[in-house]
Amino acid sequence: MTTIRLLPATVVGLILLFLALPIVVVTVVSFSSATYLTFPPPAFGLRWYRAYFGSDDWLRSTWLSLWVATAVVVLATLLGTLAALGIARLPKTLRMVASALILSPLIVPGIVVAIGIYYAFARYGLVGSPLGLILAHTCLAVPFVVTSVSASLAGIDPRLEQAALSLGATPGGTFFQITLPLIRPGILVGALFAFITSFDELIVALFISGTGAVTLPRRMWDDLLFQIEPTIAAVSTLTIVLTAALMGCAHALRRRAPG
Amino acid sequence: MSEAIDIRAAGLAVARPLDVALLWRRAVPLLLTAPLLLFMLLLYAVPVLSMLMRSVNDPVWTLSHYASLTSDTVFLKVFLNTLYTSLIVTIGALVLGYPVALSLVRAPRWAPVILVLILLPFWTSVLVRSYAWMVLLGRHGLLNEALLATSMIDRPLRILNTPLATQIAMIHILLPYMVLPIANALRQIDPSLARASSGLGATPWATFRQITLPLSMPGVAAGVLLVFVLALGFYITPAMVGGPREITLSMLIAQQVDQLKWPYAATLSAVLLATALAIIAAFYRLPGVGNALRMGTR
Repeated sequence: MTTIRLLPATVVGLILLFLALPIVVVTVVSFSSATYLTFPPPAFGLRWYRAYFGSDDWLRSTWLSLWVATAVVVLATLLGTLAALGIARLPKTLRMVASALILSPLIVPGIVVAIGIYYAFARYGLVGSPLGLILAHTCLAVPFVVTSVSASLAGIDPRLEQAALSLGATPGGTFFQITLPLIRPGILVGALFAFITSFDELIVALFISGTGAVTLPRRMWDDLLFQIEPTIAAVSTLTIVLTAALMGCAHALRRRAPG
Repeated sequence: MSEAIDIRAAGLAVARPLDVALLWRRAVPLLLTAPLLLFMLLLYAVPVLSMLMRSVNDPVWTLSHYASLTSDTVFLKVFLNTLYTSLIVTIGALVLGYPVALSLVRAPRWAPVILVLILLPFWTSVLVRSYAWMVLLGRHGLLNEALLATSMIDRPLRILNTPLATQIAMIHILLPYMVLPIANALRQIDPSLARASSGLGATPWATFRQITLPLSMPGVAAGVLLVFVLALGFYITPAMVGGPREITLSMLIAQQVDQLKWPYAATLSAVLLATALAIIAAFYRLPGVGNALRMGTR
């Protein structure tokens, strides 16, 4: 009996090791003292973190990525939340067309979206500018906001809004005092996804960041073409920590969210 | 119930003389949705569609770009390689993903640990994970060093920059998309069915094969659909860890754009998009897939 049970457990353990190993290895390599990429590291140290924090290029790209992602959060959360509030009450045909448009960036292959945006943005003069990145990333981030807020809205008991209205609250008052507090976790989860979508985005950035708006993933990519040195491991580890922290927040919020 | 109807009737009675109020109520959903729809039309849909139009209107209205694909050996080789890679990755993700999904649902004590191990890589960017596989599979990477140290090989294996490296890294990146829909389907199976089956004398294997596996098929189909369609469009991973000769359709498209061959890039993009949509349309008709997809991606 124990052998029958132990075998599947070992298999699943190995698969989970396969899942975790790359992340663990990158983290370990980032603390290497070697000048080249080797595993296991000969000794440990912080030289690659010092290299990262001592490089103007890396820091400039980090700040650019952070503030582009922040602007995307504001824009995507605002547009996405309004749309989620409206879309459920649209007439059926319009609703299906609207949700197909809004959700399509999840399905359309990244390269098709990227070169389409590049094709148009080159004419609008939006290549090589942070504004171009913000507008493009917002299109990619919005589906996450709309699905997350829509899920929260679907979980609200409609009688709560009806009760507020019948007790004399204005539609505006009902929205701000009943609906908005109930969907707030959904909005926050959507905002976190929007941030990560922009912060990690590479394919669109490859085409439209030019030389004037080199984001962090873009700089990692450019660096990798020349050499695999452990600075990228340090940057990777920092982004893993940031993403894990944000996603931990999203998970905690989602557990409290209705529906 | 009758009260609700009365209230609605009263509301209608009040609203009827005030046509403006009714009109306003109809207009509000549209006004809320319109900013996003305009934003996405202008900055996403029109750009992508006008790029795709270059495949049929450059230099004049023609289907010749599509016609010439049928005799284009580079395209055919790349297209087949893309389909083949997606197929291998889907099979790999299914074989590795099903046991993980099963243990996620059946071993509640370990579920939080398993969930973190699935979601942490899921949240990490594709670029970082592809880089991690460069570190692991490189000439002096962990795998080669471990195999050399245990004397299983006497020279480093060449894995990085081969199709195998692409397949391993893509399976790793897409595995969560397989596990989550399957786990959702498994969670919806009534546990009393398995109890009844074993109570009636079925072996655990027979119970799995005749009860659990068939009932989890919508989740499997949803996972297969997600992984295959996402794999079709992969660009970053094959470009980083894959072989220089075995390129994917996405990489071929990027190359054409670099050479400013827009009509060809647009034609290839249309083929890639149409392939993805055709597969989604075919799978969506299977019973339960739409539902499982919605549950799995949430």
